[in-house]
Amino acid sequence: MADTPEFDVRVADALIAAEIAAARDFYGEDANGATALLPILHALQARFGCVPAEAVPLVAEGLNVSRADVRGVLSFYHDFREAPAARHVLKLCRAEACQARGCERVAAHLASAHGLRPGQTRDELTLENVYCLGNCTLGPAALLDERLLANLDESAVDALILGLKESGS
Amino acid sequence: MSAPRVYVPADAAALSVGADAVAAAIAAAAQARGIEIQLVRTGTRGMLWLEPLVEVDTADGRVGYGPVNPADVASLFDAGFPDAGAHPLGLGRIDALPWMARQQRLSFERVGVIDPLSLVDYRAHGGLAGLQHARDTGADAVLQQIIDSGLRGRGGAGFPAGIKWRTVAQAPGPRKYIVCNADEGDSGTFADRMLIEGDPFALIEGMAIAGLAVGADRGVVYLRSEYPQAIAVLRRALALARADGLLGAHFDIDLRVGAGAYICGEETSLLESLEGRRGQVRAKPPLPAHHGLFGRPTVVNNVLTLTAVPWILRHGGKAYADFGCGRSRGSMPVQLAGNVRHGGLFECAFGITLRELVVDIGGGTASGRPLRAVQVGGPLGAYFPESLLDTPLDYEAMAAAGGLLGHAGIVVFDDSVDMAAQARFAFEFCALESCGKCTPCRIGSTRGAETLAKVSRGIAPEANLKVVEDLCTVMTDASLCALGGLTALPVMSAIRHFREDFGP
Ligand SMILES: Cc1cc2nc3c(=O)[nH]c(=O)nc-3n(C[C@H](O)[C@H](O)[C@H](O)COP(=O)(O)O)c2cc1C
Ligand code: SF4
Ligand code: FES
Repeated sequence: MADTPEFDVRVADALIAAEIAAARDFYGEDANGATALLPILHALQARFGCVPAEAVPLVAEGLNVSRADVRGVLSFYHDFREAPAARHVLKLCRAEACQARGCERVAAHLASAHGLRPGQTRDELTLENVYCLGNCTLGPAALLDERLLANLDESAVDALILGLKESGS
Repeated sequence: MSAPRVYVPADAAALSVGADAVAAAIAAAAQARGIEIQLVRTGTRGMLWLEPLVEVDTADGRVGYGPVNPADVASLFDAGFPDAGAHPLGLGRIDALPWMARQQRLSFERVGVIDPLSLVDYRAHGGLAGLQHARDTGADAVLQQIIDSGLRGRGGAGFPAGIKWRTVAQAPGPRKYIVCNADEGDSGTFADRMLIEGDPFALIEGMAIAGLAVGADRGVVYLRSEYPQAIAVLRRALALARADGLLGAHFDIDLRVGAGAYICGEETSLLESLEGRRGQVRAKPPLPAHHGLFGRPTVVNNVLTLTAVPWILRHGGKAYADFGCGRSRGSMPVQLAGNVRHGGLFECAFGITLRELVVDIGGGTASGRPLRAVQVGGPLGAYFPESLLDTPLDYEAMAAAGGLLGHAGIVVFDDSVDMAAQARFAFEFCALESCGKCTPCRIGSTRGAETLAKVSRGIAPEANLKVVEDLCTVMTDASLCALGGLTALPVMSAIRHFREDFGP
């Protein structure tokens, strides 16, 4: 993942306007106030690494909805963050099929050997839980940024973290 | 003659075990040796223990090698690659492998075979014949074929697709929508993902046929954000379909990406999400068929429901209904997952038993330890003990055995599993993903997890299990949707069949 730029009102406004136009284009008069909200939040997060508090009034204004509506949606969906994560995000699957293949051992090892618990950041890595990545036959699975990983175990995780440290320094 | 084709999957599961590195190694080796090849990236055949699985053409069909490491590539060429030479990783003809030969691959017939982003390949393998047939015969005939096929919704509830479509077709209104539910949140399921990555035009064709049948000119795919590869493939496929004229003013499809909420797989929550709100479940009625996206009549169908449609139109509803048993007609793409030796995607007619799937086809556990439990149908599905493995895969038979078929994900556990922990997880997952609308689901699930933790610590196990049972009854009776309403299934099946795990 590249370093994410500082929040910029002009860039944010342009992203918001583009998503609103795309929704109008496709849904016509059905594109009511909030139709473009999720695409907007995704676009902002892709650009700035999170949906910063400064963006909320811009989004609300663009869509003609209340700030509370925008915040309500932001907080409902697990994907959106209001502060940036580390340079890399590891989403470790904790769902049943990966449990059957040992993901709890991997999670315990991340905590004990690397001091990483879900929701925490250390060095250049944020760890998060996720529930199924569609790789349930080859688990324990994880997403490292957008790369799907398979067959994770203690040593695979050690190697991965070492690799991130080396590439970061 | 064109250069021989070499097929390497670009399915997310194959990529996760290094398919890109294998493809790169093959390209480099071919160039170094001055051998011309045409590298084709495909979906996966679904034999995930063999990935990365590399295939080449021969006079009697495709032959495969797998699992291939980049380090194996040189020896593959030494053995005569891309001519199908003998090699320790050689698997012979793919179609002759028992895993493939035992299937009825209707919806997945092209997955793993063709280049998913080639409309030329798609057409050459029967693609768009269903849509052509639909155009030739008209909406009423299409509805009749879908009703005749007996196709039921593959997203979990098993509602007859033809009835749903007819309801939308008959609903008045200038605008209607086809919404494809690609939220696939259930653990142990990946068929939607594999289909989208391996044959995205089949979904586009299925949605276009649905649009024609009900009079909708707009479709939406709601695809979960956890599937970046599927998102990328579908986005490109939609652009290609527009450039080709397959999509356009007469019928177009918007791709919308979810945001990590399991509940948004529930159809009314999904519609809320599409409208830009919190994914809270709507009370039914009104049904989405009458009052769906933006209040318009809307078909909401799962990916597998919609991708069964082109086959049905091409071969006839009757031909589809000839597969299956009882009121479960046609084929089901089963997903074998978890601690299973040979796991992956296995599409077969309804009626096959869990034992055949898990033991004969799946080869038992991956760990080699005794099999202890099988969860069918995702996080809201029941845990079955070994003694119930003779239950056939069929909506009614699974229900009669105290479970559900759901999206046909089968997760295998060996004897190291702690079923009390699994039951507790079911409550925790419900608490985490609850949309918050009903108290029993929101609060009861947390209470349930706490109470089971007490049982595991040996605190009044009998009394606390009774508390859990009562909680489950309340959640089942007083929840608006199946998240709260079905969490009792994994919990109570674990207690019923594995009582010995519930105690200190
Ligand atoms: C909690 C919950 C989650 C669901 N998740 C999905 C899902 O991920 N995919 C899906 O197709 N259906 C899911 N469903 C079922 C949908 O509500 C709906 O029945 C389905 O999309 C209808 O399509 P079908 O008739 O083709 O199955 C879910 C239902 C519930 C209650
Ligand atoms: S049962 Fe749970 S998820 Fe379903 S509507 Fe009620 S609170 Fe929401
Ligand atoms: S359960 Fe972990 S990838 Fe599906």
